[in-house]
Amino acid sequence: MAGFCRECEAILPEKGGDGRCPHCRSPRLLVHAELHELAIGHIDCDAFYAAVEKRDRPDLRDKPLIIGGGHRGVVSTACYIARLSGVRSAMPMFQARKLCPEAVVLPPDMEKYRQAGRQIRQLMGELTPLVEPISIDEAFLDLTGTESLHRMSPARSLNRLARRIESEIGVTVSVGLSHNKFLAKLASDLDKPRGFSIIGRTETLSFLAPRPVGQIWGIGRVSREALARDGIVTMAQVQEMPLDYLVERFGQMGTHIWHLSRGLDARRVEPDSAAKSISAETTFDRDIADLSSLAAELWPLCEKVAERLKAATLAGGVVHIKLKTAGFRLITRQSRLSAPTQLAETIYRAGHALLEKEAKGDWFRLIGIGIDALQDPRDADPIDLGDPDSQRRRKVEEAMDSVRAKLGHDAIIKGRSLKPNR
Amino acid sequence: MKLTIERTLLLKALGHVQSVVERRNTIPILSNVLAEAKDGQLGLTATDMDLAVVEKVAADITAPGAATVPAHTLYDIVRKLPEGAQVQIELAADGQQVTVKAGRSRFALATLPKEDFPAIHAGDLPHKFPLSAADLKGLIDRTKFAISTEETRYYLNGIYMHAYAAGKQTSLRAVATDGHRLARVEMPLPEGAEGIPGVIVPRKMVNEVRKLIEDFDGAIDVSLSDSRIRFAFADIVLTSKLIDGSFPDYQRVIPTANDKILEVDRKEFRDAVDRVSTISSEKSRAVKLSLKPGILTLSATSAENGSASEELEVKYDGQAMEIGFNSKYLLDVADEIEGDGLELKLADSVAPTLLRDMADAQALYVLMPMRV
Repeated sequence: MAGFCRECEAILPEKGGDGRCPHCRSPRLLVHAELHELAIGHIDCDAFYAAVEKRDRPDLRDKPLIIGGGHRGVVSTACYIARLSGVRSAMPMFQARKLCPEAVVLPPDMEKYRQAGRQIRQLMGELTPLVEPISIDEAFLDLTGTESLHRMSPARSLNRLARRIESEIGVTVSVGLSHNKFLAKLASDLDKPRGFSIIGRTETLSFLAPRPVGQIWGIGRVSREALARDGIVTMAQVQEMPLDYLVERFGQMGTHIWHLSRGLDARRVEPDSAAKSISAETTFDRDIADLSSLAAELWPLCEKVAERLKAATLAGGVVHIKLKTAGFRLITRQSRLSAPTQLAETIYRAGHALLEKEAKGDWFRLIGIGIDALQDPRDADPIDLGDPDSQRRRKVEEAMDSVRAKLGHDAIIKGRSLKPNR
Repeated sequence: MKLTIERTLLLKALGHVQSVVERRNTIPILSNVLAEAKDGQLGLTATDMDLAVVEKVAADITAPGAATVPAHTLYDIVRKLPEGAQVQIELAADGQQVTVKAGRSRFALATLPKEDFPAIHAGDLPHKFPLSAADLKGLIDRTKFAISTEETRYYLNGIYMHAYAAGKQTSLRAVATDGHRLARVEMPLPEGAEGIPGVIVPRKMVNEVRKLIEDFDGAIDVSLSDSRIRFAFADIVLTSKLIDGSFPDYQRVIPTANDKILEVDRKEFRDAVDRVSTISSEKSRAVKLSLKPGILTLSATSAENGSASEELEVKYDGQAMEIGFNSKYLLDVADEIEGDGLELKLADSVAPTLLRDMADAQALYVLMPMRV
């Protein structure tokens, strides 16, 4: 079987060996019959936020570290040491502290993580133009046809990328390699952290068979429950069912699970697939109920969204808001604008109108606002005969933008961003 | 309650009031019409809580009284009765049912207590003035098409009516806009309308009153407060809440410095726009106007359908320019112009354009161009 050493990249002999690299004696060997034939990779950073913090704070290296929000809130990332005590992402902070009282807790520094994420993406881009980021620390790569360019197989290219990320960015990643996106993503999760897993065509069916249907991409709680009502729990069961039956029983979802349970996933790796929506959200330090305080939280988010719209030369036609109640109930509302916009002010007005209807005394822990129906900004913010002030507001914002371009974001702000002293 | 009434009279009155009744009602009584018999007349009342209509019609009253019955059902029954039938309506002694009899047909309808029917409190309507049906039709017809359907801007979901003074000239103005187009119509201020507040008459009221005055040509008594408006004419009284909001300061969006003047024959222009727009995509309905001295070329292209163009001889001596419009908006305006000449005042291809009937200074339209 084909194989190489993950540390020194030495090619392993076809037969024999003692489980260690004959050259550097490392046990980190990658061996698989289809090793050099698979080309779809999924790269997922290991405990990313925590890893970036540990990189910058070597004193924290051997301590349990939790990245999570201020006064309360939830764990956004726990390092692997903290995970040993049972701390998990999305766990309420108080529970995490109870499980791991010695943990160091840091608030997230998103700007720093984004920057590291961008650097990683840049390294990925040197490998192939077909990079599809899923989040700040996760991406698919299609390395089909790169063998002659890099003079090495996709598997070796990915391994070298993992090593580069480790040495140049200072965080570790786990790699999944297979023949489609669904399987590549499952693979990267098999051997975390610093892992490299391969799912070949030969073992695809047997690999999937024992797994729960909930692991199929796109199958959430509701679908899982619907399937469970029919007694369908594992992919093995789906593999034995005829397509016709599943379609009749579950419609489109039937086709979907039939294919994915067989490891058939025709989705392409779509490079920087144009954003479908731009949004921003914030979790409050303390729950908020009154409209004016909620609106004060909303405005900077609108500015953020508008800034990103303008940077991407896009305009959006539908504004949506998101609220999470203290009891974790999620509320989303949207409204279509009379014309597409790029302006923070217009996004704010639409968002505020939606917010007004929801802020009726409930306590909220999170607010978010976003815009979709993204499009070319040529038709954005036209003269509106029903709104004589629209052009003036547009000019005000353009003037603010040009001041900010020269002097920085805080050089000029709107009065509504000033918060009264509390 | 017991009465007999000629089918045609009843049908006409029911036809008027039933259209106010919403098809789906969460409050059952609002599906009913209130029938009140007294003094030789049958009064029919329907309401959706925002809008109420009362119509009186002559009937032979045997026993005065009142009852409520499902409006649409009663209308359907009367509609299907033979012409010339005499309809007898009677509330059973136990008050549980209303029977409708005509010839050999007999219907028993469920009824709801008349006490539950919402009373129409219009409150005090301090402003009263007469308006001829022709004038009201003129105000409505030339502005209605521009009423917005955008729910978030509820204050644009109606026609804004207000008194306007320019020097010694006072006028009654009706304005509507959906943001893309604006229509403004004015007429001499009727006596008694001095000092009326600016009011936004909701679309449903506009539609109902327009329907009811179609065949009426007398004077309408308009009365209003700052929260309600009433139109009374013939045997009909329509009362509606007004939209509670403030209409934008529309004067500021009406261009005053457009200097490129295009004059077209209304019918020629209308028909050419209509023909060329056959090609426009369903979504944008865009037509392009290319102007050169003396010649206007209308054109449309669409990826699916192909292209079209038509040339018109026009009066124009400004610079050559191109501008695009939603053809539907052009047709809506052209259709409301009665004279032969239509004038367009343009600035450039992105600025609001002014349109008006060359024979009528009362109406003015503003259209936003679209990119083509």
